[in-house]
Amino acid sequence: MVRRAFSLLLILALAGIFFSILKGWTPMTELSGVARDYVANEKEQLGAMNLVTAIVVTYRGLDTLGEVTVLFLAASGVAVLLRRKRDEAAATVKIKRAASEIVTTGASLLSPFIVMFGAYIFLNGHLSPGGGFQGGAVIASAVLLLFLAHPDYKLKHAVLNIIESFSGFAYVLVGLLGLFLAGGFLDNRFLPLGHFGSLLSAGAIPVIYVLIGLKVGTELATILENMKGRAL
Amino acid sequence: METIMIILLALVMLAAALATIHMKNMISAILAAGVVSLFASVLYLLMAAPDVAMTEAAIGAGLSTVIFLLAFKKTRDEEVENG
Repeated sequence: MVRRAFSLLLILALAGIFFSILKGWTPMTELSGVARDYVANEKEQLGAMNLVTAIVVTYRGLDTLGEVTVLFLAASGVAVLLRRKRDEAAATVKIKRAASEIVTTGASLLSPFIVMFGAYIFLNGHLSPGGGFQGGAVIASAVLLLFLAHPDYKLKHAVLNIIESFSGFAYVLVGLLGLFLAGGFLDNRFLPLGHFGSLLSAGAIPVIYVLIGLKVGTELATILENMKGRAL
Repeated sequence: METIMIILLALVMLAAALATIHMKNMISAILAAGVVSLFASVLYLLMAAPDVAMTEAAIGAGLSTVIFLLAFKKTRDEEVENG
């Protein structure tokens, strides 16, 4: 009873705080401070058509590197906790219910196109909405489709690990190249900015987003496989 | 028109979130949590943030729902084996 009254009181207090914040809220009619600066100068400075990408990869590039690191740590944690041991994997071989003909055929037909779409998303990250994280997640969803259709499907861990480590290493390397050849860490201007709006433009932004896409895709696929274990 | 749509989507999100908390069946609760993410991504799209909408749809509605389902299946399997 006391606990219930206490939680009700807490909720009321929170509602009061939110109400007082919302009461004085008016929508912003123009950009302020650093946002206005980004919008005004991004085209000349970095040359990426998608402003969000320019902010995520270059102006706030260090945050993105941190996000990739967090995802890497999460994937490593899942792998450490859930990876199947060799003998356990051999001991629990049991007959799994195979997916139906429609599902297997559909998955085999669709998955190459889904992977292609993911690659399209991160290759065009500097031109259209989307980027490395989104493209990587789309690629991982193709892997998920394959898992659903073929319960015994196995990923080639050696290849995935090489791609993941290479792209993580190359991402930091590109950042360091920016530090030495251009204005600072993760500066994209050590490659030519190119023609505004074409595929090969905006300096190193496409390179960085391809690397992020590969890294996120392989990491999420590995997480899915480790989570799957015997479950599917 | 757009305001009405936004309010409707927000109401559906609220209903799905409440359903997530109150549903007894775990799988339905996980699916309801996925519905919250799905409608959130449509909402982001309406509010002119396609980048965020893509992330929310792919990660929030897609992968994390599946990972929750797999985790639920895994814990239930272990319970059957151990108890």
